[in-house]
Amino acid sequence: MTVPLGAGDKLVTGKAFYDLAVQLGYDFFTGVPDSTLGALFAVLEAGERGYVSAVREDIAIGLAVGAYLGGRTPIVLMQNSGLGNCLNALTSLACLYKIPVLIVVGWRGADENDAPEHQLMGKATTDLLRAISLPFWIPTQHNLQELVVVASEQRIAERTPCALLIREQVFA
Amino acid sequence: MCSADKRAGVRMIESNVFRIFMEDSCDEAVVIANGYLSRRAFHCKDRNSHFYMIGSMGLAPSIALGVALAQPRRRVVTIDGDGNLLMALGALTMIGHLRPPNLMHLVVDNEAYASTGGQRSISGSIDLPEIARACGYRIAECVLDETLLRVQLKQMRNTSGPSFLQIKVACASAPAARVSRAPQDIAQAFRQFMKLEPFASVATRAPEAQSCSPGFRSPRS
Repeated sequence: MTVPLGAGDKLVTGKAFYDLAVQLGYDFFTGVPDSTLGALFAVLEAGERGYVSAVREDIAIGLAVGAYLGGRTPIVLMQNSGLGNCLNALTSLACLYKIPVLIVVGWRGADENDAPEHQLMGKATTDLLRAISLPFWIPTQHNLQELVVVASEQRIAERTPCALLIREQVFA
Repeated sequence: MCSADKRAGVRMIESNVFRIFMEDSCDEAVVIANGYLSRRAFHCKDRNSHFYMIGSMGLAPSIALGVALAQPRRRVVTIDGDGNLLMALGALTMIGHLRPPNLMHLVVDNEAYASTGGQRSISGSIDLPEIARACGYRIAECVLDETLLRVQLKQMRNTSGPSFLQIKVACASAPAARVSRAPQDIAQAFRQFMKLEPFASVATRAPEAQSCSPGFRSPRS
């Protein structure tokens, strides 16, 4: 089942998400590019706030943890293929030390017609996040705003990293 | 004695490296790699300014880079290992690209994976300072003895970074006791050292609906 998109529905713009994130106090953005989150990356790369382009997802998690330890409020962006790259960084760093990082994951392979390299990880992604007890939400374009706030609050209240799993056609 | 040492001359003792480093590091935020490095640092001198990694091998320089970007006026040091460094070598490219002047990157190089039994690493045939220089570090050196270690530490502490120092040591076969502090406490103490709240408080204010741009508005509302 894909996201219900009614005729005339507007997708979330990168700018809208970015503005919301800034309002919620996020001030350190890092990650590895993903087409699902392309609109967001475009805004970050054009912005003045300094997006730190990471070369691998585990390095991005390390950077975000360091930034948090240094007083910043980080968001990490990545594709779900990169979850495999950063599994150890999540389990033995961000989760272990209770670092409240928000991770925005583009979910390739959520649709079984996606490219072959995304299919296995696409199917495994939610189980993988459950297996490491990482709280996550799957927003539509209609409730993304609400779920960003929910995830951000849970992140602090539970002192845990949290993830938003973003399907295609959520961002414009 | 690890196999790596049989091929080398007499080398520095790892615990002496920590002792010398800590003679003058009170104001520095120090991120120490997992394995025996964190354990030896912890038992040499436990400080709130130390972030002891007990997992996430390879990520010490990445964490230190994050701290250095967040705290540009504070010197941040990472004490890395050779196996650690080689595991996430890409972090060097990011440090070289971003060039934080407040970051010092020390690599305690025993040419082995000590905490898993002293298996050989490949660092003996790799010119690590050359890689660091090629990536864009301002200074990158290698030291083999304590006198030069002191000289280089002093110089790097008085110069803009990012700086890189490979410190060749013997592979200690004696096991080191684990870091006994809880990971959460290590993170809290490290933040407190930098005069931050132990944990970030609940995310500021919830945004007002009208202040969000139209992309977020449900067409049904």
